[in-house]
Amino acid sequence: MEKLKITIAVTGLNNTDNPGPGVPVIRGIRDSEVIEARIIGLAYENLEPGVYMPGLINKTYMIPYPSTGTEAYVERIEEIHQKDPIDLIIPNLDAELYTFMKASSKLSEIGIKTFLPSLEQFEERHKANLDSFGIKYDVKVPKSKTLTGQYEIEKLSDDFEYPVLVKGKFYDAYIAYNPEQVTTHFNKISAKWGIPIIIQEFIKGTEVNVVALGDGMGSTIAAVPMRKQFITDKGKAWSGITISDTELLGITNGLIEKTKWRGAMEIEMIKTNAGEYYLIEINPRIPAWVYLAVGAGQNIPETLVKLAMGKSVTPYKMYQTGKMFIRYSWDLLGDIQEFEQLSIYGELEKQIIST
Amino acid sequence: MKLKKNIAISESGFLFDPSSGDSFNLNKTGQQIVKMLSEGKSENAIIRSILEEFKVEKHTLQRYLDDFYSMLRQFNLIENE
Repeated sequence: MEKLKITIAVTGLNNTDNPGPGVPVIRGIRDSEVIEARIIGLAYENLEPGVYMPGLINKTYMIPYPSTGTEAYVERIEEIHQKDPIDLIIPNLDAELYTFMKASSKLSEIGIKTFLPSLEQFEERHKANLDSFGIKYDVKVPKSKTLTGQYEIEKLSDDFEYPVLVKGKFYDAYIAYNPEQVTTHFNKISAKWGIPIIIQEFIKGTEVNVVALGDGMGSTIAAVPMRKQFITDKGKAWSGITISDTELLGITNGLIEKTKWRGAMEIEMIKTNAGEYYLIEINPRIPAWVYLAVGAGQNIPETLVKLAMGKSVTPYKMYQTGKMFIRYSWDLLGDIQEFEQLSIYGELEKQIIST
Repeated sequence: MKLKKNIAISESGFLFDPSSGDSFNLNKTGQQIVKMLSEGKSENAIIRSILEEFKVEKHTLQRYLDDFYSMLRQFNLIENE
């Protein structure tokens, strides 16, 4: 069978202890037997490890942060596209998704495909809108409240029992046992990510996650549930295992069907000891642990590429339970010339030796 | 008392619950008891089998077994009774 030869641009190459999903996404694509991809890495910092890792990226280009503004951001993508035509972009970071969704028709006009949820889907699953999302799609969610100022902290005890979770709009979550701790976390998160800050009821139980892919018409194309076995001080999974949980998969299928979700998503839920499931977050992108799903039998990055390119896909029905991942750190040695190339010229070509 | 379906026990005494992702190490006796439970043996049959093999007072064994069963329940390894 002839392979699908395409150029795919990928972001999220920060393979640190708080990893972006770029590297595992590329690994999934590289593992594919039906896709022959030229991979373009889009990096924000010149020390993102994925850029230097062997066998992954053909060429990396530096791009500005999305906070620079959509126009400047898309201009840089266009500039890269003129030099090195891109068929598909897979954005992997929360903070850039809005920019890509907003620019998707512009990108499509110049021949760059994306496979992302709609802006409406993106907005309604926001942490700040979780309450109404739960009601609309009939799924249990923890009680939450959006704070825009410190003055609201004092009144929290009218609606919440401590402890509560204090969350940023995009990143960071801390547990607070009293109003003073809420204030500390409010200041810390708002200084970094801005407001609003979300206060969420603390649900006791086990966190279970699902990586899933929707076709945009209501069908689940892939879904693999996982339980974190070890987490870092940043709350990121350092080790996880695929689990067999039909109820969790049922909730996932229901959400994808009702929302007609398009693209990848990570569903984060708490399973209580009584066996109830509470939705705590939906990340509208591939999570950094996606390579576990690939290893368990569902190559989600490959399937997303096929969907984006308009190829037919068969929904996955099986995966292996008890498949584990364990992250590790590894000192990758590089040459100063590579760093120089990226720092001075904003691009770096790497030789990929095919096996 | 029934062990939950899909629980996997290896010969080394490693028990894996695929619904939660939890795993446990069983000693030889624990392994024997869990194996008998998974074969659908009754609690009385388990007691008889252990009494035949080990020198232990029945009431002492019963106490240890109760502890062990409550541990299995606590770890959600038993079907809802």
